[in-house]
Amino acid sequence: MKWASINLVQDRKEEKIMLKVVHYINQFFANVGGEEMAHIPAEVREGVVGPGLAFQQAFKDEAEIVATIICGDSYFNENMDEAKNTIIEMVKKYNPDLFIAGPAFNAGRYGVACGAISKTVKDELNIPVITGMYVENPGADMFKNDIYIVSTKNSAAGMRDAVKKMAPLGLKLAKGEKIGASIEEGYIPSGKRVNFFEKERGSTRAVKMLLAKLNNKEFETEFPMPDFDRVPPNPAIKDITKAKIALVTSGGIVPKGNPDHIESSSASKYGKYDIEGVMDLTEETYQTAHGGYDPVYANLDPDRVLPVDIMREFEKEGKIGSLHRYFYTTVGNGTAVKSAKGFAEKYVKELIADGVDAVILTST
Amino acid sequence: MVKEIERAGIPVVHMCTIVPISLTVGANRIVPTIAIPHPLGNPSLSIEEEKEIRRKLLTRALKALETEVTEQTVFEK
Repeated sequence: MKWASINLVQDRKEEKIMLKVVHYINQFFANVGGEEMAHIPAEVREGVVGPGLAFQQAFKDEAEIVATIICGDSYFNENMDEAKNTIIEMVKKYNPDLFIAGPAFNAGRYGVACGAISKTVKDELNIPVITGMYVENPGADMFKNDIYIVSTKNSAAGMRDAVKKMAPLGLKLAKGEKIGASIEEGYIPSGKRVNFFEKERGSTRAVKMLLAKLNNKEFETEFPMPDFDRVPPNPAIKDITKAKIALVTSGGIVPKGNPDHIESSSASKYGKYDIEGVMDLTEETYQTAHGGYDPVYANLDPDRVLPVDIMREFEKEGKIGSLHRYFYTTVGNGTAVKSAKGFAEKYVKELIADGVDAVILTST
Repeated sequence: MVKEIERAGIPVVHMCTIVPISLTVGANRIVPTIAIPHPLGNPSLSIEEEKEIRRKLLTRALKALETEVTEQTVFEK
């Protein structure tokens, strides 16, 4: 009898506790559809869907994805409170040890959704959370101080690399283990300081950095300055009825046929188009080149993104001085911040030279 | 782009649906819009009703340009 009881204890010891994981993904990664399905509300499916498979393989037998929550990117961002409430209820039912969202790479709305839902799960259900995205994703700046966001590449081609970093960090979080510094674990710095021992001593690192700098090679500072790139607002327009106003958009409105071939994502250029005498943008004359939202509505009536019709009306009624002869446009879809900055730096000089007093910039 | 236009000295109003992104990017005058694929329209309405919405939002944008602000401001109405 004594032996038997000892065996029993040993058996129990070997029995591993499988951690439970709930995974959040968008309509695209769930294979529900592209932009035309971005409006779907949240639904839950048992088990693994899409990129969950790669996570499940990385977890081996330590954790199991028990459910996957799928939500359209536009739906989440346009109905954020409602979406959060619904998803919280879904997550609660499974009482998981870890919540994973994404990774979202450089998809803006998906990144914001991953960040927002992860933060809510952490705050309201007190469950460890992890997500992943590209450092330029707007969701990264918004949530990096609240949750662990693994730094990923800017497209889904970086999935393997993302999972390789997210899965072990997720397991650590689920088990309540100590989390190392961002540079060790691969998450986007959250502003918290963590002590650790470097392999090389400070003087060696400093000399190496200096040599790299002298040789114009890349080096990484160990004391980055905070990035406060804020521009103070310009004074208001004194008399808008005398002002020349220009329309600018990141919503990709272009003349029909997209003559300058502005890319549907990661745009490398912008367009400048003459709208003298154009009173209304129509299906026959204009379209969107944007690949990051459902183009149906903008193609049917491009004024829904670039409101030339009403601006003409305002011009006629004397509500504004005039509508500038040219509009500037690009596709803000995974487009690098550096590119967008470069476009605007260039065309704003023309706007100034043309005597434009104010700009209305529309985004999708 | 909003920030570079502002930096060059031209007042700019950002009309967009996801206001948190606009705030993160650093726009100073923000007017929230209808929906991502149709910020200044609503295909479920008639053309006239849609134009009325567009008129209202653009009037708000003009008001934003005429308003002195010292910090990031969202013009909800």
